[in-house]
Amino acid sequence: MDAVALSRLQFAFTIGFHILWPTLTIGTAWFVTVLSALWWRTGNTVYRDLMRFWMRLFALGFGMGVVTGIVLSYEIGTNWAGFSRSVANVLGPLFAYETMTAFFLEAGFIGIMLFGEGRVSKGAHVFACLMVAMGALISSTWIIAANSWMQTPAGAVADAQGIYHVVSWWDVIFTASFPYRLAHMVCASFLTCSFVIAGVSAFHLWRGQHVAASRTGFSMALWLALVLAPLQIVIGDMHGRNTMVEQPTKLAAMEGLWETTKGPAMTVIAWPDMAAQKNLYAIDIPHLASLYLTHSWDGQVQGLKAVPPADQPYVPVVFFAFRIMAGIGVVLLATAITGFVLRLRGKLFTARWFQILTMATTPLGFLAVLAGWTVTEAGRQPWIIYGALRTADAAAPVAAGAVTTSLLIFFAVYNVLLLAFVWFAGRVALKGPIDTSPPTREHPGMERSTLGAFTTSPVPSPARGTDPARA
Amino acid sequence: MTELLQADTVPLVFAAVAVFCVTVYVLADGLDLGVGILFLAAPRDADRDLMMTSIEPVWDGNETWLVMGGTLLFAAFPAGYYILLPAFYLPIMFMLFALIFRGVAFGFRLQATRFRLVWDIAFFAGSVLATFCQGLILGGLINGVPVENGMFSGGPFSFLSLLGVLCGAGLVGGYALIGAGWLIWKTDGATQVFAREIAHAALILTAAMMALVSAWSAWSVPEVAARWFAFPNLALLAPVPLVTLAVIVALWRGIWEGAQARTFLLALALFALGLIGLIVSLWPYLVPRHVTVWDGMSDPQSLAFLAVGVAVIIPIVLAYQAHAYWVFRGKTVHEHGAYGRHAGS
Repeated sequence: MDAVALSRLQFAFTIGFHILWPTLTIGTAWFVTVLSALWWRTGNTVYRDLMRFWMRLFALGFGMGVVTGIVLSYEIGTNWAGFSRSVANVLGPLFAYETMTAFFLEAGFIGIMLFGEGRVSKGAHVFACLMVAMGALISSTWIIAANSWMQTPAGAVADAQGIYHVVSWWDVIFTASFPYRLAHMVCASFLTCSFVIAGVSAFHLWRGQHVAASRTGFSMALWLALVLAPLQIVIGDMHGRNTMVEQPTKLAAMEGLWETTKGPAMTVIAWPDMAAQKNLYAIDIPHLASLYLTHSWDGQVQGLKAVPPADQPYVPVVFFAFRIMAGIGVVLLATAITGFVLRLRGKLFTARWFQILTMATTPLGFLAVLAGWTVTEAGRQPWIIYGALRTADAAAPVAAGAVTTSLLIFFAVYNVLLLAFVWFAGRVALKGPIDTSPPTREHPGMERSTLGAFTTSPVPSPARGTDPARA
Repeated sequence: MTELLQADTVPLVFAAVAVFCVTVYVLADGLDLGVGILFLAAPRDADRDLMMTSIEPVWDGNETWLVMGGTLLFAAFPAGYYILLPAFYLPIMFMLFALIFRGVAFGFRLQATRFRLVWDIAFFAGSVLATFCQGLILGGLINGVPVENGMFSGGPFSFLSLLGVLCGAGLVGGYALIGAGWLIWKTDGATQVFAREIAHAALILTAAMMALVSAWSAWSVPEVAARWFAFPNLALLAPVPLVTLAVIVALWRGIWEGAQARTFLLALALFALGLIGLIVSLWPYLVPRHVTVWDGMSDPQSLAFLAVGVAVIIPIVLAYQAHAYWVFRGKTVHEHGAYGRHAGS
C-alpha cells in the first residue's frame, strides 16, 4: 500500500476508535450532572450513589477520549499536510476555538467533578459537572462544524494554489449540512448512553442487587430512550434528505441507486457491483425510497451513474454501513417501545427476558455510531473536501514505512487499551453502585449482598451491633 | 504606514501567544511528566499513591495546552504545522503513544490489583518516552529541517541528531526537577525527603545538558553562533546565561530549605530562561532558516477571528485553571477519588 492508503487506514482507525469515547461521555456527563443536581436538591442518597457510580465509568471513558483525541489534532498535520496547507485558514481557527472553549472547560472542571465532592459545596459540584457536560457539547459543535464544512463547503474561496481564504465566518460554520449532522450525532450519543445505562441497570436488576439505585437508573434511561429513539429516526430522515440535495452521490451510494430514477424503489439488501455499475441479488420494495426521500410517489432521485466511476465512493461500504446503522435504530426503537408497554403493565422491573434483551442492546449504539460515521466519511470519497479536493492530493510527504510502523503500533496499542477498558470498566459496572442507604428489612435474604453476610457470619459481631444504621 | 505597522505587529502578537502557550505547556505538563519520570525511583508504593494523587486533578488541564499549541500552530502559523509535523513524524507518533499509556495509567492503576506494577511501568515509561521525544523534536528544530517547494522534503529519520538526544536527556532531567519541586511543595514526610534527594540528581543532569546543548548548537549550527556571539548581541544577551547560572546555584542551595514552593518556582524559572535562550537562537524563524513567522502566518481575516477568542477566552481559561489548583491547594492527602475502588464508602 502507498502512504495515502496507509494514512487513510490509520486516520479511519484512530478516529473511529476515538469517537466511541465522546459518544459515551457526552451522554454520561449529562446523566451525572442531572444526578448531582437531584442529590443536591432532594438529598436522596440513591441519586448520590448512582452519581458516584456513573462518575467512575465516565472518568474511565473520559481519560480514553482525551488521550485518543490528542492523537487526532496532530495526525491532521503529520499525515495530511496537503489538506492542512489547503484549509488552515478555514479549519484552523475552528479547531483552536474547540480547544479554547471546550477542552479547557472540560479539563478545568473535571478535577473538581471527579475528586472535589468533599472539597466544594454540592451546588458547586453540580456546576463543575455542568461545565464538563457543556464542554463536551461545545466540542462536538465545533468539530462537527469543521466536518460539515468538508462535506458541504461554503463561505471560503480557493486561490490558484488551492489555498482557501475565508469570505464569511458565518457561512463557514453554519453550512448546509451542519445542523442535521450535529443534531444526529448529539442525539446518537444520548441514545447510546441511555441504552448503556439501561443495560448496566438491567444486569443488576437481573442479579437482584443494588435494587433501589438500579430501578431508578433503569427507569430514567428507558424514559430517555422512549423519547430519543423515535426522535433520532426523524432527525436521520431529515439528515438523509439534506444529503440528497447537498451530496447526491453519497445518498445514491447509501440507497444503492445507480440510475437517476423517478419514484425509486427501496433496496432492502443487495450486493452493489462497482465494476458492472449495478446491484446484484437485489430485493426491492417499489416506490418506498421515493416516499421517504421525496415524500411523493414519483419523486426524482439522482443515481450514482450521474458522475463518472472515478468520482464515486466505494459503494458496498457505504451501502452496508447505512443498513447496519438504520437496522440498529429500528432495534433500539422497538426495545424502547417494549419497555414502555411493560411499564404501563407494571412489569418493567420484573420481566427478566426484558432485562436480558436490554443487556444485549448495550453495545448497539456504539456500533450504530461507527456505522453512521462510516456512511458519511466513506460516502464523501474520493473527496476530502466534497467536490473540491481529492483525498489523494491531501496527503503529507511521509514515507510509507513510517506510516506502516505507526499504524501497526496504533493497532496494537488501541487493542490493549480497549481490552483494559473493557476489563476495568466492566468490573466497575458489574460491581455496581455502592449501596450506602440503610438496608430495608422488607425482604430479608432477597438481596445477594445481605445473603452473603448471613451465610458467612451467622453470629452478629459486636461491631455490627453498634452500627447505628443496623440498630 | 499604520497598515504596514499592523501587518507587522499581528504576527508578533500571535508569535507571543504561541510562545506563551508553549511555555505554559512545558511548565505545567513538565510538572506532571516530571512526577511520572520519578515514579519508579520512589522507594515505596505509598509514595507512588501520593505522587499520583497530587497531579490527578490537574494533569488533564496541563496536557490540554499541548492540543492548544498544535491547534494554534494550525490556525495561526499553518506553515509550521504542515512542514514541521511531517518532518517529526516518528518522534511525534511515539510521543503520542507514550502520552496515551501514561494518560490511561491514571485511571487503570487505581483499578488494578494484581497487575498494578504494569501500570506503574506504563506511567513511568510513558512519561520518560514522551519527554525524550519532545527533546528529539526540539533538537531537530534547532538543527533545521529540509524544505523544498514549501513542503518537508527529508526522510523519516532526518529528525535524528546528537543535539536531539542531548535535548532529550536535558528535558528528562528538567521535567524531573520540576516534578521534584512540585513534590517538595505538595507532599511531606518520606515522600518529600525522597523528592529532595532526587532533585539533586535531576538538577545536575539538567544543568549539564543545558551547557552541552548550548555549546553544541553554537558549535554545530553557525547561524546560532552568529546570533549569540556577534556584537552588540554578546553584551545584550550576556544576562541570560548569567541569570541561568544564578538560578542553578540558588536551586542547589535551596533544595533542603523550606517545605514550600521555592524549588518548584526556581525550576520553572530555569525552564523559562532556557526557552528565552531558544527563542534568541531561532527568531524570527517558524521553520528554522526557511520560513519566518511573517511568511508562515495565516490570512488576516483568520487571525482576526482567532484573536477575539484568544483575547477573551484564554484569560478566563487561566483563571479557572488557577482555580482548579486552588481547590486542591495544600499538602496532598491520599484518598481514593472517583476512580477508586472504595469511593463512596
